[in-house]
Amino acid sequence: MALTGLLQRWLLAAATLLLAAAGAFAQDVLPVPPLAGRVIDQTATLSEAQRAALTSKLAALEESTGTQLVVLLVPTVLPEDIAAYAQRVGDQWKLGRATVGDGLIIVVAKNDRRVRIEVAKTLEGAIPDLANKHIISEQISPAFKAGDYAGGLNAAVDTLAARIRGEALPAPSARAKKSHADDGMGLGSLWPQFAMFFFVGVPIIGAMLTAMMGRKVGSLATSGAAGLLGFALSSSVLMAGGAAALALVLVGVLGIGASRRGGIGSGIGAASAGPVIWGGSGGGFSRGGFSGGASSSDGGGGGFSSGGGGDFGGGGASGDW
Amino acid sequence: MIRATWLAMLALAATIGLSGCGYNDFQRLDEQVKGAWSEVLNQYTRRADLIPNIVATVKGEASFEQDTLTKVIEARSRATSIQATPALINDPAAFDKFQKAQGELSGALSRLMVVAEAYPTLKANAAFQDLRVQLEGTENRITVARNRYIKTVQEYNVLARSFPTNLTAMMFSYPVKPNFTVTNEAAITAPPSVNFEKK
Repeated sequence: MALTGLLQRWLLAAATLLLAAAGAFAQDVLPVPPLAGRVIDQTATLSEAQRAALTSKLAALEESTGTQLVVLLVPTVLPEDIAAYAQRVGDQWKLGRATVGDGLIIVVAKNDRRVRIEVAKTLEGAIPDLANKHIISEQISPAFKAGDYAGGLNAAVDTLAARIRGEALPAPSARAKKSHADDGMGLGSLWPQFAMFFFVGVPIIGAMLTAMMGRKVGSLATSGAAGLLGFALSSSVLMAGGAAALALVLVGVLGIGASRRGGIGSGIGAASAGPVIWGGSGGGFSRGGFSGGASSSDGGGGGFSSGGGGDFGGGGASGDW
Repeated sequence: MIRATWLAMLALAATIGLSGCGYNDFQRLDEQVKGAWSEVLNQYTRRADLIPNIVATVKGEASFEQDTLTKVIEARSRATSIQATPALINDPAAFDKFQKAQGELSGALSRLMVVAEAYPTLKANAAFQDLRVQLEGTENRITVARNRYIKTVQEYNVLARSFPTNLTAMMFSYPVKPNFTVTNEAAITAPPSVNFEKK
């Protein structure tokens, strides 16, 4: 009885500690919102029409130059400095094309009366800190002081766009190319691990599982395990599916590493290879969701998503009004 | 069934042994740490290059506090006199010295900027305000570069200290790397004494 009492007290204490820690963390800093559009207004400052106009202006900028610019309005970033917050936003969103990395963020902390233009490294030459400072002090601050938030932001975006057009960035291209390039890079760096895994790991696991469960179920299980391992190693659904299918072919169809047991099993195993491939790769897919924190859902921006190439190194300038 | 269990253990050992020794991870992270460190050096150099301009502008202010100005100049020469090579990250003592010198320079510079606020002509000087913006941007970049270095070294050190990759680290001599700390920890953690009583 005393023991259960003690245990209960321990559990309670642990739970309280956990809650306190979670609470402290939540209070600590403002979380970065999901990238839901080109203009994210958490303060309800802009009217619907102003927001739409600014959004289409930013969309036109990306269409003509490829540069991704997002305007984020939050109530407050305290206790954090606006530069630190903007840096975290940049790190999470990674705005800018994957191969170019040309991204820009305008962060407005309305109640703090602070504003910051955060510039990815690619654009630091086109828009140096001084230019940002001048945009803030000459265009944003006066307009914001007069309460004209949309006017200030529009003027700032125009000036930034003019500077970006003056820079010789690569021309914007179709978005479809990017994902292929990414996949290629992921495969290249993981190739040695996968090779080792297929030529050593799969036959051993295959032998073990087919010995225990028979060839049909064993090869299925091996393929599932390969899929899961592939997902764990690369966190890519495509790779997981490929690993599962390849393992299934190796063990189930070619019989590499499959333990000899019974005559019927091998026949069924080969015959059921077709549907079984789906089962194996299905195991990989069910983990769900494409990885890469930079992707986003479409919001007001109309199918807008980050190119994932922007590297924000602390460039830009802050100001107040 | 016993045979199957043995096979299972063998398979487990094989996978851990072959892909888990972490040799390639050490190569990757070691290079990453070097890259992150170069970026830190890069930004510190940028700051050191900016200081002569600031000093020249402030010197134009005839009545400027000479003491503050000299401190910045001295701290800068101390910081730049240390040979900042990439090898520094494998030498904790030299790393400490470098970090301390840069910390002193940061302190002297921020003091200079605070003092400059008291001079109206300096505040109205556009060139000085521009330098101020550039210095602020450089300090931001230093912060980001330092943060990235800290994170990369953390990842590396976890690998170098945890089992079984610590055996690989021992075998190929990948020691734990030093990380940034604050040099005046006692001064920061001491609660400030606030006294409103008039004397």
